[in-house]
Amino acid sequence: MSSSEEIATRKARLTTLATAPHARLLALWQAFGTPPAHEMLRAPEIGTVMVRGRAGATGAPFNLGEMTVTRCSVRLDSGATGHGYVQGRGLEAARAAALIDALAEDGQAEALEAAVLAPLRAEAAAARSSRAAKAAATKVEFFTMVRGE
Amino acid sequence: MYVAVKGGERAIDNAHAWLAEERRGAPDVAELSIAQIREQLALAVNRVMAEGSLYDPDLAALAIKQARGDMIEAIFLIRAYRTTLPRFGASDPVETGAMACDRRISATYKDLPGGQVLGPTFDYTHRLLDFALAAEGGEVPAPATGAADAEDMPHVTGFLAGEGLIQGEAEGAETPRDLTREPLDFPADRPLRLQALARGDEGFVLSMAYSTQRGYGRNHPFVGELRVGIVEVEMEIPELGFAIGIGEMQVTECETVNQFLGSKSEPPQFTRGYGLVFGHSERKAISMALVDRALRWEELGEDDSGAPAQDSEFVLSHADNVQATGFLEHIKLPHYVDFQSELELIRRIRAEAIAAGAREAAE
Repeated sequence: MSSSEEIATRKARLTTLATAPHARLLALWQAFGTPPAHEMLRAPEIGTVMVRGRAGATGAPFNLGEMTVTRCSVRLDSGATGHGYVQGRGLEAARAAALIDALAEDGQAEALEAAVLAPLRAEAAAARSSRAAKAAATKVEFFTMVRGE
Repeated sequence: MYVAVKGGERAIDNAHAWLAEERRGAPDVAELSIAQIREQLALAVNRVMAEGSLYDPDLAALAIKQARGDMIEAIFLIRAYRTTLPRFGASDPVETGAMACDRRISATYKDLPGGQVLGPTFDYTHRLLDFALAAEGGEVPAPATGAADAEDMPHVTGFLAGEGLIQGEAEGAETPRDLTREPLDFPADRPLRLQALARGDEGFVLSMAYSTQRGYGRNHPFVGELRVGIVEVEMEIPELGFAIGIGEMQVTECETVNQFLGSKSEPPQFTRGYGLVFGHSERKAISMALVDRALRWEELGEDDSGAPAQDSEFVLSHADNVQATGFLEHIKLPHYVDFQSELELIRRIRAEAIAAGAREAAE
């Protein structure tokens, strides 16, 4: 069984791949080199996930609506397996995510971190902070009018 | 009822070809791309995702293009497409408290942790047509930026709950009922009602909410908080044995603080209404919260004032615009046999009435 640290690393990796823009993910993956030989455990498949919310944000779960997701699972010749989940409809992106996950499980985690995951994370962080900075500029600073005089 | 009739294939083919030409419009005007619709008509895209009940901006943009901007037709296309896809599972409930907020306002507290953040809002615009937008190619000045602090944005209802001034939220079943998997059945519990409202027609939910404000089931709402932003969606992956983030989505959330209620066992407390909608859709989220609160009359031990917004059978059965459109528009399909029998009937009744009139006159 994997340690909690290994689970956290893999979770962070898969989450980064899932939320990355497909074109960026594919560009970085192609630049990484020739895809390794692999066997499809589950061919790329488009489906949905029912997204849930909670009544009053903290109460009973309810079904808010679905989102599109594409998933894929692969096995490398070494036996390492990889699972890819990406938001939206992207057969190639899901396959790339599965292969990246498998290679990372197969000892190439550091190289993939540098070539693919770190850039994706940095770009996502930049997009987030750009929105946060625009939001911050619309924060209201109240001042109280002095009456009389 | 209508019956199957044959014939008309050529007319139908030609009608569809003409529809395609009309959809394209004048050929000397540039064709709209899906990306243009997604980026520049984002609120239309949001509505199609919310009521189509499928979060996928590109698909919603395609549906809007195909439907020539007819929103309900676009929603119908999305609903139909959704049924062709397998469902991989259900997400963990999204944590709206951890939302990366573009906008967050409260009508109940002026100063609150995280502050009042206006975001990209139509509020405070003068609703004057901006003819500068009619000229294409104008540069949009970059909006100002500020220093984003890492301050948390806790939910306003959390402050009230801390003091015990607002009712706590009841825990519910881990797997809520799902009206896309089983027919809508009454009594409908709150999770089922929230699902129906979240995908309900914006105009219908708005009107129902408005009716409560005008006195039909009044519930004295304050917008405790309205927030718009990005939430992460996580799902347990069986083959991995742990949850991963599978996406991010923009949602709008509204929490209302409503008239209080006390009983022998509990001192008076505020009550809650809740709205959560895909995309940036404040009108819909606020409407949903008001109607949610109105529908809670029974569990809160209030009187049924007979208001339409309190009648869950009425509200939930009529909120779905795809269902409503389907039933409404089917009456334009051939009803030749039905109508033939009605024609025969009215001819006979008329003949009898005229004959009876003639007999009376003769007597």
